[in-house]
Amino acid sequence: MRRVLVLGATSAIAQQVARLYADRGAELFLVARNEERLGAVADDLRVRGASVETAIADLDDPARHDELLARAAPLELVFLAHGVLGDARDTGGTAEAAEAVLRTDLLGPVSLLTRAAQRLEAQGSGCIAALSSVAGDRGRGSNLVYGAAKAGLTAFLSGLRNRLSGAGVRVVTVKPGFVDTPMTDHLPKNPLYASPERVARDVVRAIDTGADVVYTPWWWRFVMLAVRLIPERLFKRLSL
Amino acid sequence: MQPLESWGRYPPARQAAVSVHWRSDPLPRVHGTLLPFGQGRSYGDCCLNEGGTLLATSRLDRFIEFDPEQGVLRCEAGVRLGDILAFAVPRGFFLPVVPGTRFVSVGGAIANDIHGKNHFRAGTFGRHVRRLELLRSTGERAVCSPAANAELFAATVAGLGLTGLVTWAELQLRPVKGPFIEAETVPFRGLDEFFALDADSSERFEYTVAWIDPRPGDVRGLYFRGDHSERAGKPPSLRDPAALPLDLPDFAVSGPTVAAFNALYYARGRLRTSRKQVHYPPFFFPLDAVGSWNRVYGKRGLLQFQCVVQDRAAVSALLERIVSSGLRSSLGVLKTFGDVPSPGMLSFPRPGATLALDFPNRGAQTFALLDALESIVRDAGGALYPAKDARMSPASFAAAYPRAAGFERHVDPAFSSSFWRRVRAA
Repeated sequence: MRRVLVLGATSAIAQQVARLYADRGAELFLVARNEERLGAVADDLRVRGASVETAIADLDDPARHDELLARAAPLELVFLAHGVLGDARDTGGTAEAAEAVLRTDLLGPVSLLTRAAQRLEAQGSGCIAALSSVAGDRGRGSNLVYGAAKAGLTAFLSGLRNRLSGAGVRVVTVKPGFVDTPMTDHLPKNPLYASPERVARDVVRAIDTGADVVYTPWWWRFVMLAVRLIPERLFKRLSL
Repeated sequence: MQPLESWGRYPPARQAAVSVHWRSDPLPRVHGTLLPFGQGRSYGDCCLNEGGTLLATSRLDRFIEFDPEQGVLRCEAGVRLGDILAFAVPRGFFLPVVPGTRFVSVGGAIANDIHGKNHFRAGTFGRHVRRLELLRSTGERAVCSPAANAELFAATVAGLGLTGLVTWAELQLRPVKGPFIEAETVPFRGLDEFFALDADSSERFEYTVAWIDPRPGDVRGLYFRGDHSERAGKPPSLRDPAALPLDLPDFAVSGPTVAAFNALYYARGRLRTSRKQVHYPPFFFPLDAVGSWNRVYGKRGLLQFQCVVQDRAAVSALLERIVSSGLRSSLGVLKTFGDVPSPGMLSFPRPGATLALDFPNRGAQTFALLDALESIVRDAGGALYPAKDARMSPASFAAAYPRAAGFERHVDPAFSSSFWRRVRAA
């Protein structure tokens, strides 16, 4: 992939993915909300060998989506990485907070990727890769809204892949487990945590090799298989 | 955040840790004092802050600007030296000073004003820092260089992280043709032979260092020397090595095990004396082949000892004392510093011979040896290296670092460390 559009370019995983493409001398179009931070990321990638364009945008605002995609055209690889975890107790508590998480983690991505898919379908080539999460594989009480948003995104990506399979456009669903990023800074760490570097290597390999759904690290596929097999009668009583 | 510890894993310390993700962010508001923490490669307590908060900088790992004509690189302070080499070597540049591991951060290299195997030519790391930005607890961002804010610069280089958070630094790199080193290994016996070899080698080679094995009545060692090769070539890949997954039991570093290791290492070195071309990582960073090698020393950790003394007699007194203690060290290093002036108020390198050894933490036995070595160094007018130290007394520190009082004026009132409180205790 020579051209990469990175949505949520200041996220820890996106930075590492972009570095791997910068090493290949790619053309990057970076979108993020915070100008100072995006500038720091863009400078880093330029030094590493990428040619970089940037746009400041709040991706929660669908009115910006068409304009951003037009500026980033021609699209080749669209990598969607933005998202928020939300505070589980708050979102469990207030409907407003839950709606904000759904807007960022589901509505925004669906709007962006629908528009991107139309463009890619029209040109008959390209690839969409998006960060979903193992949290979308089964709802848990500790992050139910985040899990619901990611479950929705996973299903959307699966449907998009199905619809675009004949059109020469690939869709890659990335499901990271726990990753050591600013999003999880406040949580105590355990050996299940992976580095953003590790996740990024898996993402790029999945895009290179044509995988459809990739768990990262790989063993999460089996962890989540086991988690999904627990009967609901039992599952509802677990503290997860 | 994971609980953080120093490389020697001694002393243990309890402290909070906060990651710094963006150089544009203000310092976090915390209870107690702050201390920047890079890669945790300082051995003792100069990277610890018992009861306070560590500012983890590993995510300040971005490049900012590179001038391929002049070889000037500006980057954030959490960038590791190995990442700079991976970037710079294919572009024809090398760091002017590298320590024994590539897993140290730029901020740590500045804060300890580290030295390499070419001290007699290049001086310390701080000499090659053109500028740096210091974020103080007042919110002020001071750009410091040998010309601007010169005093604050001299306090921050070798300043042990106490003057504030270095957010970025601008480094002058040096040109190289490729990734290879023309390396030679020369076995020697006795200190006289070492010093003769060293005097001769310093004239002809850029990098020199000796591995030593102090034994009763004798010291033997391998003298390594090398130069950057003129040969171009593809740089080696620099993946992080597999880490030792567990703490080894005490017998892993017992006397007989270490003696056997040293005998094998010496014998192997004697068989490989010819000149040969090697990639730069095994020449500069042999220990990096195993991640977390400090776990060899078990849960109780290790204590490093590194001093510089001018007097050769003091070097032999130190070695004799070590031999008579019955403790053996497998990572003994002896080299000489030149007279290139160090830029920091608290810089360790000064003319003389520098001896570094590590000892497993065996409690009282190890502490007694370190105390004895410390008094030999103090009597000889030498200095211990804060980056390696967990034990030195306030008196030894004051004697070896006469500029500490002047330095103290530049310490940020919101910053402190376990080391600083220990050596400045009344």
